[in-house]
Amino acid sequence: MADTQTLLTQLQERFASELLNAELALAEVTLEVPANQILTVCQALRDEFQFEELIDLCGIDYLEYGQADWETSSRATNTGFSRGVDKAVYREDQEKPRFAVVYHLLSIQHNQRVRVRAFTEGELPRIDSVISIWAAANWFEREAFDMYGILFDGHPDLRRLLTDYGFIGHPFRKDFPLIGEVEMRYDPEKGRVVYQPVSIDPRVLVPRVIRHDNRYTKASEAQ
Amino acid sequence: MPEIRNYTMNFGPQHPAAHGVLRLVLELDGEVIERADPHIGLLHRATEKLAESKPFNQSVPYMDRLDYVSMMCNEHAYVMAVEKLLGIEAPIRAQYIRVMFDEITRILNHLMWIGAHGLDIGAMTMFLYAFREREDLMDCYESVSGARMHAAYYRPGGVYRDLPTVMPQYQPSRWRNQKEVDRINGDRQGSLLDFIERFTERFPKCVDEYETLLTDNRIWKQRTVGIGVVSPEQAMQLGFSGPMLRGSGIAWDLRKKQPYEVYDKVDFDIPIGVNGDCYDRYLVRMEEMRQSNRIIKQCIDWLRANSGPVMLGEHKITPPKREAMKGDMEALIHHFKLFSEGYCIPAGEVYSAVEHPKGEFGIYLVSDGANKPYRLKIRAPGFPHLAAMDAMARGHMLADVVAIIGTMDIVFGEIDR
Repeated sequence: MADTQTLLTQLQERFASELLNAELALAEVTLEVPANQILTVCQALRDEFQFEELIDLCGIDYLEYGQADWETSSRATNTGFSRGVDKAVYREDQEKPRFAVVYHLLSIQHNQRVRVRAFTEGELPRIDSVISIWAAANWFEREAFDMYGILFDGHPDLRRLLTDYGFIGHPFRKDFPLIGEVEMRYDPEKGRVVYQPVSIDPRVLVPRVIRHDNRYTKASEAQ
Repeated sequence: MPEIRNYTMNFGPQHPAAHGVLRLVLELDGEVIERADPHIGLLHRATEKLAESKPFNQSVPYMDRLDYVSMMCNEHAYVMAVEKLLGIEAPIRAQYIRVMFDEITRILNHLMWIGAHGLDIGAMTMFLYAFREREDLMDCYESVSGARMHAAYYRPGGVYRDLPTVMPQYQPSRWRNQKEVDRINGDRQGSLLDFIERFTERFPKCVDEYETLLTDNRIWKQRTVGIGVVSPEQAMQLGFSGPMLRGSGIAWDLRKKQPYEVYDKVDFDIPIGVNGDCYDRYLVRMEEMRQSNRIIKQCIDWLRANSGPVMLGEHKITPPKREAMKGDMEALIHHFKLFSEGYCIPAGEVYSAVEHPKGEFGIYLVSDGANKPYRLKIRAPGFPHLAAMDAMARGHMLADVVAIIGTMDIVFGEIDR
């Protein structure tokens, strides 16, 4: 792999006015750009830095980032874990916007990779579509729309991709329950398949905990 | 004069040539494809969301079920992502075992592909030939992990156990008499490495057999030459990787360009195509099987000469030995913690990609310091390939759609995730 440090310096110089943040971690370059600059940055990355391929595009929901289940309430000790957790207490105002779109780019010519992240806000987060730059963005953006409800301006055919016809909601959002909202069964009276609210309770088998193990924290920083 | 309208046709979701559950809405002008609109997601299981609710080590078996014809390669990308974030590296013997099984998996995948692709476009015999060899490779999976398909053999920190010194034997049954069992067990008398070595000795001849059936076959060429042509520029635009990219003449292989594990210590070549049609991609994949065979041979030689641990001794991440748990309190605590809470991974994000038989299989892992992934994105190679269906099939005849699906090597486990 080509030198990532040089690439980072070059990118920082070229995008001095656009970049919110740029870092090199675990030998990978990550750029953070404002959502309204995504088209210009991506265009320049493809044309000037030869990132010919869009390897991946995905959404992320940062709603519960850095929050753990375990220390949420003291009732957990007496009543068992599953009753000690209340999903509603999670809603906190975080400094960063809730949604992000992450692009992974690959330059075949220079054998380099770069990651670009753009945060978007609002109940209907919007960002410009990069389909005019990389045709591969078509389905990746449809998937991100389907899973997170991120709207890609300029996408010619923004339909749901992976979920069922007529599905409601965006399942990969952190406030969408793992077991879903509806279940499906055959109704012998109506003679067809019907949807109804789920009849099982959500359950956490392994609580989410955050512990700091200095050995590994140091190991990953040293790289 | 009557109005002439395009004809819209549903292909699948229950069609033998759809390789699983693909619903393809085709707009036809006579027999010519005007527009192809694949509807996917019929096998969507939300693997990424399920992984967010489980400790890191419990998601390994989910990876097998993504691309269910190249199981260990999927695991490989995942365990590599976890290892990168933890800043650990598997022991060298484990790395050789991983490379060897990656290549066994590549042969497994390509055999499945050639069998199904052949069956789709009229070469019925291929399927039987390919499955004969697949059976032996499945036995390798079974002897090393206990499962023929969903192995869960690669773990963060190494592989689950060392290669066995004896191969399981077949027993006579209603379907196999003693004579046949003796014949099958003939190769299975020694260790697993002996068995794989004997396989690598006869496998190049098997590939020759397949090529005799197909390479110069007039019908095969009529069905594949000039079908689904993708130029190098178009292939990069559409996000292709693996044999789909190499078939268009771009010499790009992660094993060479961004070597992981011990791929920089083994010797092999990268075949590339010229025209970027179905026939070139067929030739690329056939040659890849021979190259995989070469890599396996080199791994066998190394593994015979060198012994050592196959898993890190760091019991915060890898389970302690079963015997140690019986007498050692600390080992018991480690085991309990590891299989209940798991381990926490320092906050950060990583993208790790492997050269999967179908292309670049990547895992984008975001950790916020917890014992579960915050976000796991699976970059499946088949996803952009199938997305290019419209671009590749437009202007072709209806029957060529089947050839194009075949050449893409579609498996819905990874596309729908």
